[in-house]
Amino acid sequence: MGTVVVGYVPTPRGRAALDHAVLESRRRDALLVVVNTSRGDALVDEEFLQGEALRALSQELAASGVAVEVRQPVHGRDVAEELAAVVEETDAELLVIGLRKRSAVGKLLMGSAAQRILLDVDCPILAVKAPPRGP
Amino acid sequence: MGSLPELLDGFASAITPLNLLFALLGVLLGTAVGVLPGIGPAMTVALLLPVTYVLEPTSALIMFAGIYYGGMYGGSTTSILLNTPGESSSIMTALEGNKMAKAGRGAAALGTAAIGSFVAGTIATLLLALVAPTVVELAIGITPADYFALAVIAFVAVATVLGASPLRGLASLGVGLYLGLVGTDLISGQERFTLGVPQLADGLDVVVVAVALFAVGEALYVASRLRRGPVEVMAMQGRFMTGQDLRRSWAPWLRGTALGFPFGALPAGGAEIPTFLSYAAERKLTKHPEEFGHGAIEGVAGPEAANNAAAAGVLVPLLTLGLPTSATAAILLAAFQGYGIQPGPALLTTEGPLVWTLIASLFIGNTMLLVLNLPLAGVWVKLLRIPRPYLYAGILMFASLGCYAVNADPLDLVILLLLGVLGFFMRRYGWPVAPAVIGLILGPVAENNLRRALAISDGDLGVLVETWFSRIVLLLALVALVGPIVLRVVRGQRPSPSEVGAGAPATGRPQHRSGTDEPAEVGTPRRDGRDD
Repeated sequence: MGTVVVGYVPTPRGRAALDHAVLESRRRDALLVVVNTSRGDALVDEEFLQGEALRALSQELAASGVAVEVRQPVHGRDVAEELAAVVEETDAELLVIGLRKRSAVGKLLMGSAAQRILLDVDCPILAVKAPPRGP
Repeated sequence: MGSLPELLDGFASAITPLNLLFALLGVLLGTAVGVLPGIGPAMTVALLLPVTYVLEPTSALIMFAGIYYGGMYGGSTTSILLNTPGESSSIMTALEGNKMAKAGRGAAALGTAAIGSFVAGTIATLLLALVAPTVVELAIGITPADYFALAVIAFVAVATVLGASPLRGLASLGVGLYLGLVGTDLISGQERFTLGVPQLADGLDVVVVAVALFAVGEALYVASRLRRGPVEVMAMQGRFMTGQDLRRSWAPWLRGTALGFPFGALPAGGAEIPTFLSYAAERKLTKHPEEFGHGAIEGVAGPEAANNAAAAGVLVPLLTLGLPTSATAAILLAAFQGYGIQPGPALLTTEGPLVWTLIASLFIGNTMLLVLNLPLAGVWVKLLRIPRPYLYAGILMFASLGCYAVNADPLDLVILLLLGVLGFFMRRYGWPVAPAVIGLILGPVAENNLRRALAISDGDLGVLVETWFSRIVLLLALVALVGPIVLRVVRGQRPSPSEVGAGAPATGRPQHRSGTDEPAEVGTPRRDGRDD
């Protein structure tokens, strides 16, 4: 049985990535590994799931009918390294990530996690955008 | 009691636009550092000391007072929404406050904390204004020997009664006293512990030592245990205080104030003990005992009021006697000294306008805090998303810059680093920093009074117990020192309020308590240094 890895954050793009990852793993009959990571260097990280939000996600995934594993590594590494490590360990056949819109200047300043993921990770990658906001 | 006209004059000079601006800056900074665990008002005031030497003393002290009160407010926000007390005096707030937030009543908890702090702060500041002239009258006749006795009880109280381990507290006090001795002896002109370094002849700069112990020590400590998962943040939700919440809150507010102010004012100061007592009292008196442990609003209202009232109480011995009983008060004393003002019984006469402006600005700052905090709680929590490496790198840079700026002497940077390493090890092994800072600042004052007393009596030690005042005070100090040991022998264990603190917020995170205002960790299970 193959593995599909998805990087999840509780945002629209993360949502889109998760939805596609569920579809893909169902289609491939693969184990879905949901990775939600934090560098752990700030006291509060709202993209790191805890408590109620984590329970809601687990329940929802359990209801989706695919085999699921949720991982929350906190090793002080950035998301690209963390995903690359999980992909390598599980020998994944597909990685799904969500993309955000970022201007050229924003990318220059903040860097791009997606770009590093595309360069570093060795398996096929499906990049998904958040659905456009309604009018 | 003719202090009302002076207080009104104080208001007149505190309401100038510039001073209002400094008060606003102070409360904003204070709330910010109160929210951030590990960074407290003491560290902030120490970091700002070198910068503010160019300001008017009044403006600088108004800002510091704002930071002091703001820190008390900020701590409650973090306690309630994150279960991570930003200040040691907010530990009790976290017990019930976080439960309330979990039950979807975060807004009500923040509301009662903010209004309770305001009510308590205002009443306690009023008491401060009323009590201060009376205390000064009593203190005018105080002899050097009496003053020495007061300093001794302040030392003992800070080092033993409040800390988790009297031995660590006393050791920390010893470090501070030693550092305070470095320099030229003012009476004999002899150099002490200067190691032949000419710059040390003037003594160690208080700013350098305080910044090293608080800021550098804390930064190194945080760097040594950086990688931890983020904590869960509760949404500020639910209805703001209802009529019923208000009815259940007002009595705890007043009781908290009544407990907090005297405890702060006694030289056994600190804000933790009254918060513990207030929590225990509310738990006994409540009509809803079933709610305690599941988010009882009384358990937030009482301790929050107590810690703000204690904060005002601490200013009584500081402004009337020049006796600091908490770390922040010690740094404030250093600030006064930096401007060439020696707080003491004469302060109210020589620097009357300054003191009354300061007290008036406390009222103003308190009102600003109430207005700011209710709508801005969400913004303050966002501060916690700053990655700590950036935050502490900034603090380190500011610390080095400030220390260099004091004397423009590279040696200060070396001392900063050495003492910073000392501060790191103190934190690592659970030595409270506050006694060291109080020893450093109050030590030379105590020594001066002791030597003056001995000079008057021609070296006869009997002068120390000549007046009833000093006899009683020294006896109390002795009881505070020996009492816990005797009790431990009798009861087999140390009587700490740990029964109350046993259920203290168990986040998997160390209680950062360096910057916290008072000697921390009363009755909380000691976590850092051994939790991993």
